[in-house]
Amino acid sequence: MGIRTLIVMLVASILLIAYLATRDTYSLFLPGLLQGAVLTAEITVLGCLLAVAMAVLSALGKLYGPAPLRWLANLYIEIFRGTSALVQLFWLFFVLPQFGVSLEPFAVAVLGLGLNIGAYGAECVRGAIQSVARGQWEAATALNMTRLQMLRRIILPQAFVAMIPPWGNLFIELLKSTALVSLITLSDLAFKAQQMNQTTMKTIPIFTLVLLIYLVLSLLITIGMRLLEQRAAKGLARGRTA
Amino acid sequence: MWDWAFTFEILPTLAKAAVISIEATLLGFVLAATLGLVLALTRIAVPWTAWPISVLVELIRSTPLLIQIFFLYFVFPSFGVTLDAFTAGVLALGIHYAAYCSEVYRAGFDNIPRGQWEASIALNLSPWTTFRDIIIPQAIPPIVPALGNYLVALFKETPLLSAIAVLELMQTAKIIGSETFRYTEPITMVGLFFLAMSLVSAAFIRAAERLLNRRPAR
Amino acid sequence: MTDRPMVRFEKVSKRYGPLTVLDSLELDIARNEKVAIIGPSGSGKTTVLRMLMTLEAIDDGVIWVEGEPLTHMERNGKLIPADRAHIRKIRAKIGMVFQSFNLFPHMTAMANCIEAPITVLGMSRKEAEERAAGLLEMVGLSQKKEHYPAQLSGGQQQRVAIARALAMRPKIMLFDEVTSALDPELVGEVLQVIRRLGSEHDLTMLMVTHQMGFAKEFADRVCFFSQGKICEQGPPKAFFGNPQNERTKQFLHAVLEAG
Ligand SMILES: Nc1ncnc2c1ncn2[C@@H]1O[C@H](COP(=O)(O)OP(=O)(O)OP(=O)(O)O)[C@@H](O)[C@H]1O
Ligand SMILES: [Mg+2]
Repeated sequence: MGIRTLIVMLVASILLIAYLATRDTYSLFLPGLLQGAVLTAEITVLGCLLAVAMAVLSALGKLYGPAPLRWLANLYIEIFRGTSALVQLFWLFFVLPQFGVSLEPFAVAVLGLGLNIGAYGAECVRGAIQSVARGQWEAATALNMTRLQMLRRIILPQAFVAMIPPWGNLFIELLKSTALVSLITLSDLAFKAQQMNQTTMKTIPIFTLVLLIYLVLSLLITIGMRLLEQRAAKGLARGRTA
Repeated sequence: MWDWAFTFEILPTLAKAAVISIEATLLGFVLAATLGLVLALTRIAVPWTAWPISVLVELIRSTPLLIQIFFLYFVFPSFGVTLDAFTAGVLALGIHYAAYCSEVYRAGFDNIPRGQWEASIALNLSPWTTFRDIIIPQAIPPIVPALGNYLVALFKETPLLSAIAVLELMQTAKIIGSETFRYTEPITMVGLFFLAMSLVSAAFIRAAERLLNRRPAR
Repeated sequence: MTDRPMVRFEKVSKRYGPLTVLDSLELDIARNEKVAIIGPSGSGKTTVLRMLMTLEAIDDGVIWVEGEPLTHMERNGKLIPADRAHIRKIRAKIGMVFQSFNLFPHMTAMANCIEAPITVLGMSRKEAEERAAGLLEMVGLSQKKEHYPAQLSGGQQQRVAIARALAMRPKIMLFDEVTSALDPELVGEVLQVIRRLGSEHDLTMLMVTHQMGFAKEFADRVCFFSQGKICEQGPPKAFFGNPQNERTKQFLHAVLEAG
């Protein structure tokens, strides 16, 4: 979808929420839901940061690390991609304490979702690095750069552009996964929805609002990433060899 | 730390639950693949639906599956229809992944060069024949592995059905945990089961990909 | 010191699986010598340059640069395969210009030229920029310093690539078909730069080229490669005027035929 359409959708959803807020059946729920949305946003942002860090580290480990590191990176990637996000959250929440490590639910949420998405991100970072033309490595070698210098100055800046669209999708996945933290006692947006629904049984107004709020958050991520992509691509397009 | 006797004791219960998880996966996926195809074909056949469908798809894909599960489960009773949790869960899984599948089909059809349609028109093939003999065979190789990946993704989301108390693997593991106060074995076993299934399916998908891309030399 | 060759290939072999690309190559190149390498496609010309640039490992033999082994290092009187630090030390003497330019697309012409002097040689930005400005001026691009590669023609890109390599002050420059990817009318400007380099700088140059005219006029020696071996070599006059080897004759005939 074009960025214009996305912006139209964003504005329309915000207007729709604002309009619904003027009606009694809806206005009742909005403050509580927005409170939940703040927690959802916090977990999303922190989770995304952790995911990016884990993805870059494990992709580099897998590509260039010594054997043990490569092995460790592979293990991490396979485990977190191969089991499901909820299982990982429950494991951190219920099982880890039995090994004497009790984390706050909030920490479990950020850690679980960040590690989960980071494993998927690792493959996207790896793919982007490998998509940089071989000639770039060779030119950097001919200039006698060290491997670290090549990566940092030549390869990663070019891989960065290729990484943005898949990361956009992963950030959306992470946002959506935050709903799972409602199952480990955190009062995020999904938890509030569930709680209000149980007490009032006004399913349609509550869930309409909740879906709209999630949509707004997703659109913000998508639009943000598109803008970032356009900016980054402009820098590189000027530089792309004809 | 790890109690093997307990592990073996709960294994049959978990195995039974695994069957439920797999059932939900297969039913959900059949629904997703079919509904996705309907959406993709409608977009092509009835041009004015393209925009509303893409908004719908975007809407479904940008909101959490868990919310969609809750919504379906709780909204039907307000229309006087009661759905049991399993049905509501499968419906939600199916609809959520139909949005993803429809994009897979769309990409598959879009990938076919215009020249193929034009050549078919030049040969005076009917639209149906064109679709059956020219388009579908070329669209399938990229579609199948992508659908396969979504099948695995859908399978990994079945634990969400535990939120509406469907007795699939995760819910069963949690019940065992709350009854025995031992979470280590049941939850770890569930994780290992998913890991094993994912690795096996990934191997299958790679094999299918190789098979489909093995085209005769021209 | 002066009679020691700048580069020596000693019984160097290179194989890709069953294919022997270079077969026990022996080649000495003197300080400041300009050597043109010609030969049919697939004869191993690029491979020779890439091995010297350490972009390709060798299977047998030793490559020496100014009397020091490049591919190996001396330990207790024996030669063992070189480690990274050793390779980097020797490699600092060598620069290369590629057929496909390989400029860094996310950097301007100027940034391409100062990147390695700053990061590798540890020069200050100011110093590096002065050096780069001089080199860009020499290749006739002082107006294009702030242009990105995509905003430059092929010939301009290749001249930036030459400046970029020179900014590292190498003693040996390798040119692999540097005009092959250019439109015919842009070939001249790049060859002109190489000509100036040859006359104004103390540089040992190895160039793979299909431009027979340029090889004849510019090189001190022409090496004809065929099937992984040097078939014939000599000063351009003798080489082009009176080739001895049957394959050389055939090749020159075919090349001249094609124009
Ligand atoms: N990475 C590789 N793997 C396998 N074979 C290779 C590889 N690189 C080069 N070769 C083979 O080695 C031989 C020599 O290659 P090289 O690039 O040195 O030829 P060349 O003389 O430069 O040819 P051209 O004039 O076409 O550039 C060729 O037969 C080529 O196919
Ligand atoms: Mg070559």
